[in-house]
Parts: sequence; C-alpha cells; structure tokens
Amino acid sequence: MKTIADLLAEHKFFGELDPQSLEFVAGCGKNVHFAPGERILTEGEPANTFYVLRSGSVALSFFVPGRGATVIDTLGDGDLLGWSWLFPPYRWQFDAEARDDVAAVAFDGACLRTKCDSDARLGYALTQRFARVILGRLQSVRMRMLDVYGVGTPH
Amino acid sequence: MSMALALPTEVRPADAMVPVPYRVVGRARETADTVTLTLEPVAQPIADPLPGQFNMLYAFGVGEVPISISAIDAGHRLRHTVRGVGAVSQQLCAAEAGAMIGVRGPFGTDWGLDTAMGSDVLVVAGGIGLAPLRPVVHQLLHNRRRFRRVTVLVGARAPEEIVFRGEVASWQASARITVRTTVDYATAAWKGEVGVVPTLIERVTIDPEVTTVMICGPEVMLRFTAAEVLGRGIAAERVRVSMERNMQCGIGRCGHCQLGPVMVCSHGPVFPWSRVGPLLARREL
Amino acid sequence: MARPPAHTDHHPVVIDRAGLQALVDTLIADGRTVVAPTVRDGAIVYDEITKIAELPAGWGDEQKPGHYRLQRRKDDALFGYVVGPDSWKRFLFPPVSVTWRAELGEDGVAVSPPPQPPRYAFLGVRACELAAISVQDRVLVNTPYPDRDYAARRENAMFIAVNCSTPAATCFCTSMGTGPRVASGYDLGLTELLDGRRPRFLVEIGSDRGAALVARLSAHDAVPTDREAAAAVWSAAAAGISKTLPADGIEDVLVRNLEHPRWDTVAARCLTCANCTMVCPTCFCADFREAGGLDAHQSEQHRTWASCFSVDHSQLHGGSMRWTVKSRYRQWMVHKLATWHDQFGTSGCVGCGRCIAWCPVGIDITEEAAAIRATDGLTRPSTGATP
Repeated sequence: MKTIADLLAEHKFFGELDPQSLEFVAGCGKNVHFAPGERILTEGEPANTFYVLRSGSVALSFFVPGRGATVIDTLGDGDLLGWSWLFPPYRWQFDAEARDDVAAVAFDGACLRTKCDSDARLGYALTQRFARVILGRLQSVRMRMLDVYGVGTPH
Repeated sequence: MSMALALPTEVRPADAMVPVPYRVVGRARETADTVTLTLEPVAQPIADPLPGQFNMLYAFGVGEVPISISAIDAGHRLRHTVRGVGAVSQQLCAAEAGAMIGVRGPFGTDWGLDTAMGSDVLVVAGGIGLAPLRPVVHQLLHNRRRFRRVTVLVGARAPEEIVFRGEVASWQASARITVRTTVDYATAAWKGEVGVVPTLIERVTIDPEVTTVMICGPEVMLRFTAAEVLGRGIAAERVRVSMERNMQCGIGRCGHCQLGPVMVCSHGPVFPWSRVGPLLARREL
Repeated sequence: MARPPAHTDHHPVVIDRAGLQALVDTLIADGRTVVAPTVRDGAIVYDEITKIAELPAGWGDEQKPGHYRLQRRKDDALFGYVVGPDSWKRFLFPPVSVTWRAELGEDGVAVSPPPQPPRYAFLGVRACELAAISVQDRVLVNTPYPDRDYAARRENAMFIAVNCSTPAATCFCTSMGTGPRVASGYDLGLTELLDGRRPRFLVEIGSDRGAALVARLSAHDAVPTDREAAAAVWSAAAAGISKTLPADGIEDVLVRNLEHPRWDTVAARCLTCANCTMVCPTCFCADFREAGGLDAHQSEQHRTWASCFSVDHSQLHGGSMRWTVKSRYRQWMVHKLATWHDQFGTSGCVGCGRCIAWCPVGIDITEEAAAIRATDGLTRPSTGATP
C-alpha cells in the first residue's frame, strides 16, 4: 500500500504542492477506516479533520424532521470530504456517513490551521485548493437547482 | 377487427410525407409519465432505423411528434419511448395494444457507433435522454469485443424517474460495462449516487485520445457535460450529442428546427460537439 | 425540371393586345387556370383572370419603406408596376394545403394523399419572381424528400414572364443578380412596347412549350425597331433601380456580427407581425398540423404558412428557443442573407423589395445590412449616434 506521501503526490488536489508543504501535510495524515453505516461527521460538531477518500462511498445528508436523513451529495474515490475545518466557526454543516467500507486518510485540521497561520505560502496553497473544490460542489448544486429533467422547463 | 388494411395504391411506403400504418403490440410503463410502445408494421415496414434516428409518430386526429428509436427489434418492430408532455405525446402514452399509430421515417443522423470501434466509449444520458442512447448500449453489449473500455453514466431527477431502471441494473450486474447512476434528488431507499452527471465524469478514468463520447439529455445538461469532457482533454470532434428542437416535418423543410445554419432534423439530431457547441454558445440562435 | 436557356433557336415575335387575349384564351382552352395581376383592395394582387381587361391597365405603384400606393399612370400600360403583396408562392406553395387525408374505419386508419392540384398559367411573372421560384425549387424539390404538391404544381405550370419597365424605389434586384430582365426559367418573356406606335408585346420564347403556344397565335416576327424599343425598356428599367444591397460577402459579415448592437436597434422597431415572411417569395416555413373533422372518423394534416417571427415557432415543451424580438429578427435576416447559403447554396433574397414596402414600421433589410457592414465588429453601441 502506498504511503500517505505517495498518495498525496499523485492526487489531483495535492499533487501540485511544493515538496516541503506536501511532506508537512502528509505528516498530519493517518489512515482510517469506516464500516458501512458508520457516521463520519455530525452536523454541529467541532470540525477539526478533513478526509481524502481512498475507496468506498460516503453520503452527505441533512436530517429533515419528518423526512429523516436526506442525502444531498455522494462522494467517492479521491474526493475531499470536509472544508468546515478551514473557516470559523469550525463546525460541521452536515452529516456524513459511510455507505460501504470506506478507506480514507484523515488529516489533523487543527494542526494544519496553526501551521497555515505562520506559513502563509502553505495557507494560500491549501485555501486555494479548497476553494476550487467548493466551487465545483457549488456548480453541481446550481445545476440541480435548474431542475433540467423537469417537464415544462424550456431548456 | 381485421388486421388487414387496404392501403391506397398511391401511397408508397417510402413516402416521407405520408404516415405508414403500424400497430401497437406491446406497451411498458417506464415512469409516471413515460411509456415504451412496441410497434409492428400493418403492411409494408419503413426502412430499419439506426440508433440515434427518429420517426414522426402520428396519433390519428391529434397530430405528429418526433420520437427517437429506443430499441431496434427483429422483424421490423420498432420501440419508441414517449414522455407525455403535450397533446400528441399524451395520446401516444395512452395507446393500448391494438391501437394504430402512423409512422414516417426513419429520419436524421445516427450515433455512428461503428466509427468508434477500437476506442473507449463513454455514454452519458440525462433523463429521457437515455431512450435514444439505449440502442447504442445494446450495440455495445452485442459487440463488446470491438470496443475497449465502455462506461455508461445515467442521470435522472429522482430514482423513480430513471427510465429502463431494471435494464440499467442488469447492465450494471453484467459487469461487462461500467454503469453508474446518479440522481438530483434522492429518496431514503436510494443506494446510488447523488449529484449531477458531470460529477460522475470526474470519477471516470479517461484517455482522451481514444475516447468517443455520446451524450443525450436536456440541452443544459448537454452543455455542462460537454464542458466537463472537453475539460478532460477530449476533442470536440470526438463528442457527439443528440439535439432536440420543435420538429413538424422531420425532413428539413418546415423550418421549425433550425439552429443557425443547420436543420436539426436532417443535419442532426446527432451532431459532433465541434459543430453545435459554437451554435449553442450563442443565446437564442 | 431544368428549363432551356434564354437563347434558344426561337426568334422573338410580336403580338398585340388582341394577341395577348388570344394567348389567355388558348391557355384556358388547354385546361389551365390563368393567374395574373389584377387590382383589388387598393393593391395589385395575383388572381385568376379570363380577360385582359382585368389586368391593371394604366396603374402604377409607389413603394417605399412601409408604404404602398397605387397611382394612375399617364399611359394605359398593362404591366406598368412591379410586385405587390402576393407572390407566386400563393399558388405554388399555397397558404393552406392538405398533405394527407386520414380516415378511421373498421380496419383502422387509412391514409391517402390529397387530390392533384390545378394546372396553372402564370401571366406577368417578373425576373425577381422567376429567381424566387428557382430558390424555392432548391428548397422544396432538390432535396432527398421533395414536396410532391409543390413539384406537381411547378411541373404543370406555364410561365409567361414580363420584363419590368417601371421599377419601384424598393426594388434591388440588380444587387442580387436577379433582374430586372428575365434570363431563364420562363416559357414566354414579354416586353410591353408603348413607343407611340400600336401597343404591342415583344415575345421572347424561352422553351419548346412556349414555342408551341406561340405557333397557335397569329404572331409576326419581331423587326429591328421592335427589338430597339424593347432594349430601351430594359435599360431604362435597370437604370431606374435606386436601392442597393452590396451582397458580396454579406453572409460572412452577418455571421460574425451576431452580437452586433444593431440587432437591438431594429428589434425596438420590429412588431414581429410576420408581414415580411408572408410577402417574401422565398420564405417556406410551414406548420404541419392536424385538422380533425367534426366527424370523428375523418382527419387531415394541413401544411400552413408559418413564420419564424412567431414566438411559438421555436417552441419546445414549455418555452421558446427564440423568445426575444431581437433573436427572431436576427434569425430571419441571417437566414435570408447568410445561412441560406449553407443550406441551399444560394442567397434566400432576390431583391424584390416586398419586405421593405409591407413592413408596417418600414424596416429596410438593405439599410440593416449596410449598417452592420459599416460597423463590422461592433459589440456595444458607440457613444453618440445610434449605430
């Protein structure tokens, strides 16, 4: 199995980080596993970790009273899970649950935050990359708002 | 009721302007508003359509609509999957076995799968867009060895709105091709992915030089999906889309389907993205 | 369908007005419906005639953007005007036509084609109109799926053309290479001679069918003075054209200026009334709609004139592809002058000027083309004068 450093070097998100930053970030990570149905994140809880999924599928959901857990997104191999660790109030905004066996790398967000405060270059690089991920997720949500498969909506 | 029909001698079956009689021999409800009709010719059949082509289906007393072929069967049988969105399509959706439907066609350009032999094929379907692509998937499965990696991505609004749901599951189960489905709005029971189709594409390994893409779905979905695959390095000439427009004649003469220099019914409906992408970039062309 | 070229072996002949009536009588005796210009409701329209007295003798037309008036001429010329709101597409591609008939019987639905159309003789066809018919031939016949009704009407029609003598201010046939003199596609080409001698017509024979017709009339060969008088008419007509549309490369100019602010300017004027498409001799857009009978067992499909200016022309379950006025005006003009070339290998415009005269707000296609060409590449309004 690849080391975390190798994984990051190949990853589309981290791959372009300079070697020093890459090494630091790798040092903050550890391999984790989640069993099917296991809760990974809980809405409202402190957000101090983010994950890079190695395998398996994760569902993001909101608990809607009367409807139960409503899945609003699913993530898979290579996807980044969690960005609330980077911005105040550092609390999760949704729930996340493993849908099958999930292998991931968990990164110590609190540690990275502290490092970013003193290392502006790392801070900029990470923030930029997360912004790109968030943009992609936002676009996806916007597309769904268009309800393109609905009848009577002119394309 | 006799099955025989006395056809006037002046009506030539290949006449593109006059419908040829077909009878409904089977109907299957796909979703709340979508039905697949199986049609058999009463006398002379039309020419066998190719995947991607469409026929003008005529409901007596109501009118005609263009519907793509959603499967090609033996014995000149036609299968059309109709979504009931207007007077004619609703009438077709309500047609029972034994009802008579007029057929003009086949019209338009086809998906041209034969030109993609030896390559990777990526099929991306959104909503009812899976219907015109289903015959391509059938061809891919039937000729599996002629293609390299085959991936089929299906997007729909919600799980109950996925057309051919059972068949899609069987493609997935066959493991001969990679199939992934995603919905915009999930239900509690949904175990598939949630999110838009371009997100599924992000997770597919693509070798841009040898991949042919075929996309069908609402125009907005075509644009997002085309942008995604182009962003992965696939040339616009290798991306084919099926367009939809108001079609009344099916033969490039009524003018309703015009998009800039092309008549969608006769120069399309299947186009390379290199041709229509620039046209769709102009608002209201 | 190709007609013989103008320069056949047949020498021009001359007939007088009695001879013209004899020509009409012969055509009617042959079972043809003769359609010619006639005055009705303050305009010169095309309708069935039997007597040449029904022609607009002594009438001329004053045409400007958004303006059409009949005026009395000083002479009693039978053809001293140009084109009115009708074009020959009214008869070759009628406003309403049946594509099929369907009958619901015991055995199911039986579909049959419509009956054969009448055999026409069109008298008074102008050069621009012959060009327009040739354009419609490409659209409706020279395709993988020819329109049977149009082809039958076309094949069976005889064309008695007339060379224009008095162009209107809206004519620009010379720019489009379509006139004012007829070149081909006619059976007989008449030039009305009112040179102080007896009113007569120089008749150029354009086809064997035309020659056969002339052989049944008492016509005598044209003499040099006849030809000179006719040549004077032709050159006066060409010199009388004042409007121009520089057509060279206009298709490229328009296609690269799809976001030109001029489209917004013209859209602010355009009412999308569709007059221009109704009077245009090459417009072919049509609706194919079911026309159910009161009797539940009969139904027909009708082809009716449609217009890209209608908001529902591009409708697709729930909305239109071209919603704004700007998009619809742009569609019409860019199709007519530019993308028509991509589709049919020719311009869609023959320079007849009808769209200019019959536009209620006087939009002039030549002016719009000139404005865009003059400011080629403009993407937003320049400060100061409206582009």
